[in-house]
Amino acid sequence: MSTIATLQKGEIGYISEESLDFIPLKLLEMGCLPGAEVQLVQIAPLKDPLYICVNGSHLAIRKETASQIKILKVSL
Amino acid sequence: MSKNDIKVALIGNPNTGKTSLFNQLTGLNQKVGNYPGITVDKKEGKSKLSETQNAIITDLPGTYSINPTSIDESIVLKTLLKKDIKESPDVILVVADVENLKRNLLLFSQIKDLEIPTVLAINMVDQMSRKGISIDLSLLKEELNTEVVLISARKNEGINDVKEAIIRCHVAAKASPLCGINHQIDPDYFDKLKEISPNFSMYELWLMVTQNNYPEEISSEEKQKLLDFKKDITKLKKYQHKETIYRYQEINKILKKTYIVDKSKAKDLRSKLDRFFTHKVFGYVFFVILLLVIFQSIFDWASIPMDFIDAMFAEIADFTKDNLPEGVLTDLLTEGIIPGIGGVIIFIPQIAILFLFIAILEETGYMSRVVFLMDKIMRRFGMNGKSIIPLISGTACAIPAIMATRTISSWKERLITILVTPFTTCSARLPVYAILIALVIPDKKVFGFLNLQGLVLLALYALGFASAVLAAYILHKTLDVKSKSFFVVEMPNYKLPSIKNVFYEVVEKTKAFVFGAGKIILALSIVLWFLASNGGEKYNNAEKYVTENFVNQGLSDDEIQQKIASVKLENSYIGVLGKSIEPVIKPLGYDWKIGIALITSFAAREVFVGTLATIYSVEADDEDTTTIKQKMSSEINPETGNKRFNFPVGMSLMVFYAFAMQCMATLAIVKRETKSWKWPLIQLFGLALLAYVSSFITYQILS
Repeated sequence: MSTIATLQKGEIGYISEESLDFIPLKLLEMGCLPGAEVQLVQIAPLKDPLYICVNGSHLAIRKETASQIKILKVSL
Repeated sequence: MSKNDIKVALIGNPNTGKTSLFNQLTGLNQKVGNYPGITVDKKEGKSKLSETQNAIITDLPGTYSINPTSIDESIVLKTLLKKDIKESPDVILVVADVENLKRNLLLFSQIKDLEIPTVLAINMVDQMSRKGISIDLSLLKEELNTEVVLISARKNEGINDVKEAIIRCHVAAKASPLCGINHQIDPDYFDKLKEISPNFSMYELWLMVTQNNYPEEISSEEKQKLLDFKKDITKLKKYQHKETIYRYQEINKILKKTYIVDKSKAKDLRSKLDRFFTHKVFGYVFFVILLLVIFQSIFDWASIPMDFIDAMFAEIADFTKDNLPEGVLTDLLTEGIIPGIGGVIIFIPQIAILFLFIAILEETGYMSRVVFLMDKIMRRFGMNGKSIIPLISGTACAIPAIMATRTISSWKERLITILVTPFTTCSARLPVYAILIALVIPDKKVFGFLNLQGLVLLALYALGFASAVLAAYILHKTLDVKSKSFFVVEMPNYKLPSIKNVFYEVVEKTKAFVFGAGKIILALSIVLWFLASNGGEKYNNAEKYVTENFVNQGLSDDEIQQKIASVKLENSYIGVLGKSIEPVIKPLGYDWKIGIALITSFAAREVFVGTLATIYSVEADDEDTTTIKQKMSSEINPETGNKRFNFPVGMSLMVFYAFAMQCMATLAIVKRETKSWKWPLIQLFGLALLAYVSSFITYQILS
């Protein structure tokens, strides 16, 4: 199952509709919405936290949170 | 504050330039107070809107939404739900970042639904062309149904437009909701909610239920009905999620018509800088170099003004002594109050320089990158990526370090950081370590090139850091503090620091220290002065006693004066106190004289050297350490006939000073920051116990 935590650095995915209930309200409010494009910008040197860009917001979130947010990957 | 002043609440996401706008609107007309009953500082300032109209502007903590996740953010909700005419804002000024308008409008849409007159200030519009953004302002005003102003707070552009908009908005005094969430989600559910109270809007009632925050104006009957809505918590949570999605849909609709970004025009420096600052090697290397530079400046730059302040206060004291008639009041002034004030002022250079660096790092956006780099490591010890800054600053002085913990949103992580910061070796311990090392550690080389004395000093720094981290770990496992912790840090755009913001920040933090901790340092200095310069009968007859007993020993006048001073000290209240604690500190290897130094250095650690200097009859203003050292070195322990400051005693004292919480200023600041006596007292007694036990073990093993 793909989540934000399984993205490779630089990779892009779309937040799936079904993870709505697993996204903390705070993240939702910061623009982390179902259907939104999310890019994994950078991984901290110790593999945690993750630096993502979603809906114009650049956010660092812990891996624990990221692994709860399912995504659909774009196949190029 | 006059009755006609408009009460404006300033609200916005973090990193939107809210502080810049506040500074532009109010200048230095700011004061920090307390919210009644809540433990967060309130920043207020007066602004002249027009010739006839003033406004009181309250700077509310930065937040992404009015659904709070930290104590800071809950202030925003509490302020907005107030119906009290004295405290509720007349106009809300929402600041938004032009580049992140969509996300910023979420907060705006929530506030608009509270039906309070609102002005939207879109900031950093000077960046628009560089980012390829264009806005249809008149259409946006219409769609949002509110006053919208484009500003560039750092460049002082559009500030007058904001002032005019506030007046217009206040006069119009009508406000309508933006989103009207009810009918889109579950009409029946929200209609029932609305029926509960006619005095509140539907959205206000919804917030009370979801945030468990009931203003005083709500009756107990109404509250009970609201509580019924909390029964189905899953539904509640689901509706909150739906509400947010709905808000974003509405915002998207509006922005589609009014806000255009041409991405091909956008130039982005951010990703290049990020690649460097968060790199797994260069990121850390840069951070370490930066720390060394900060470290170096705190010691180097601050030492010049600190020496100057020291000398200046000695001059002032001398001058006062020479020019005022002798008497108790003059003594109080020259030996109590003036050195007391000096003891506060002397910290200002270090504090100001430290906050200068921290303010610059925060302004530029680099601080978020450090938090990103350090979070994983610090989390293992119950702290947060943000804890690294206080721990490093603690090596200069624990006071600004503890003030710097405010950026940590989780209360537990912040509390742990506050509690362990005093372990780091602050600059006040240096003079104590310096003289003890010189006394008991031989000046020789190890492995041919390492200086043994230097190694011991390094070991003491390492001991400080190690015990801070260890203590944090223990607190992490044992402390039962409930705090909602959720980690998300925004990585803002890199910016050049604004000189005005940095300057105001340094002034505000320094003022907070001088007037907060300063009062207590001053008060205790006076108490210590009183105890050291008053005593029983023998104290009062010290001159007579010395002249009678030492008259035939051919002592010079100076030596007789020193003898008198030491007899006086021995019999002063503080001397008596020292003797009374002697049985307790004897197992650590100390006598009553060291006991006095322990008591006096409760005020501040560096007082230790000065006190011992006085006790061993060295002229108090003689700063020549070799003399103090020689006197201390020749002090004999009458019971053993050996030197008083031998290796075990010296080590035991160093361990004691490494752990003991001997700093009133720090205790005062912990009290201020935790708003309770509980934590400083736990710190005081916990660390005293730790210091005692460790020194006891050190002394008993070594002797």
